[in-house]
Amino acid sequence: MNKIILWFNQTGSPARFDVFATRWAKPSFILAFLLLAIGIYGALLSVPADYKQGESFRILYIHVPAAWMSLSIFVIMALQSAIALVWRIKVCELIAMASAPVGAMFTAVTLISGAVWGKPTWGTWWTWDPRLTSELVLLFLYLGVMGLYSAIDDRRAAARAAGFLAIIGMVNVPIVHFAVTWWNTLHQGETIRLIGPSKMDSSMLWPLLTLVVATKLWYIGSVLVRARVLNLQQETQKQWAIERYGDTP
Amino acid sequence: MRKSRALLQRDLSLMWQKRSDAIQPMLFALMVCVMFPLALGSEPVRLAQSAGAVIWVAHLLASLLVLDNLYRSDLEDGSLEQLLLAPVPLPMVIASKVAVHWLTTALPVLLITPLLAQLLFLPEGLLPVLMLSLTLGSLLMSLIGAMVAALTLGIRRSGMILALMALPMYVPVLVFGAGSVYSASQGLPWLGAIWLMCAGLALLLVLAPWAAATALRIALN
Repeated sequence: MNKIILWFNQTGSPARFDVFATRWAKPSFILAFLLLAIGIYGALLSVPADYKQGESFRILYIHVPAAWMSLSIFVIMALQSAIALVWRIKVCELIAMASAPVGAMFTAVTLISGAVWGKPTWGTWWTWDPRLTSELVLLFLYLGVMGLYSAIDDRRAAARAAGFLAIIGMVNVPIVHFAVTWWNTLHQGETIRLIGPSKMDSSMLWPLLTLVVATKLWYIGSVLVRARVLNLQQETQKQWAIERYGDTP
Repeated sequence: MRKSRALLQRDLSLMWQKRSDAIQPMLFALMVCVMFPLALGSEPVRLAQSAGAVIWVAHLLASLLVLDNLYRSDLEDGSLEQLLLAPVPLPMVIASKVAVHWLTTALPVLLITPLLAQLLFLPEGLLPVLMLSLTLGSLLMSLIGAMVAALTLGIRRSGMILALMALPMYVPVLVFGAGSVYSASQGLPWLGAIWLMCAGLALLLVLAPWAAATALRIALN
């Protein structure tokens, strides 16, 4: 068998996944912390203030990576759920369900940091801008997935049902975005546009890129930890878990 | 074909036995619409401005509250599992269930919508747009609801979680439905939103029963 396929098949088993998650969670967290520290230093101290927005533009360094993560985690969650539904790989179910709280947190961070930025810049905490509205609906979708997962008693059935909801939600997200864009241009008026893709100077860009990588690593670390916990909760009675961690759960 | 007609007949006669249930969503929508003048004040001008939106939200809430009935009684008396084993394709079973569900829960609310429009002083000429968008929208909501409600069958009491799951899915329907009424009231072209809803309906008529069947199999293993 192809080596890569073999590796994926082996890591898919709960016992091997536990080893894998234990090994890689800590390095990703450490690296994420390191990059976060460098990126935040760059964002807060070394980068000059924006000539138009002043100091408040620094929130962008938190806001943009979090917004990217909120979307990409949803895609990952839906993909993992699809894999889990088709091939019934347990670890994929766990990764999908472990992603939901992390993604919801990133979405909340996006919304809160956006509001904090909007107050001095737009003069308001919230506007019904299409992007803001779709981000809010995205948060509701995350919460729906998490709620369904915790409401069903049987863990595997819960993961499959919540995963299916994530897939439907994945289809829903672009439609919502399209709908609210249409709706907002209809209601037009004095909508304030988000700052356009202003060409960022490279001196301003590097903290952003560092933070983008840092949030990715942070996500990997926390998903591994969460999935490992979920995995162990479901496998307490299994031979390998007892051998590795003792009898008492 | 004969089998699906038998299914339809069974569901319809079951619904006919509980025909007083069909009045409940109607009464609910009426009461929601009565609450708004009480909260907003009775000025006809202000009420007329929000009438379309209020009636739309009342429809949406009414359809949300009855969503759980779609499969619940069949699940409780065990006939849903029999239907899963029946030699009829499951998407067909679900399509007939959704049709009956729409006839008994959404249609009554649609029938009293002219009355609601009068209560809230909906401007003349907007009623046809409202009725058209609500007809399409209620069909869409029933189809979307069929997918979401199937997932909650594993939970004993699913009221709140079902609402939390279904509402984000209803957002586009509400935006286009209420949006068409709003643009008609502003004298703007409103058919675009209606066509988009028609497109969504064509898509969901094909996909939703199939997706709901998958969801049902997941929920019931």
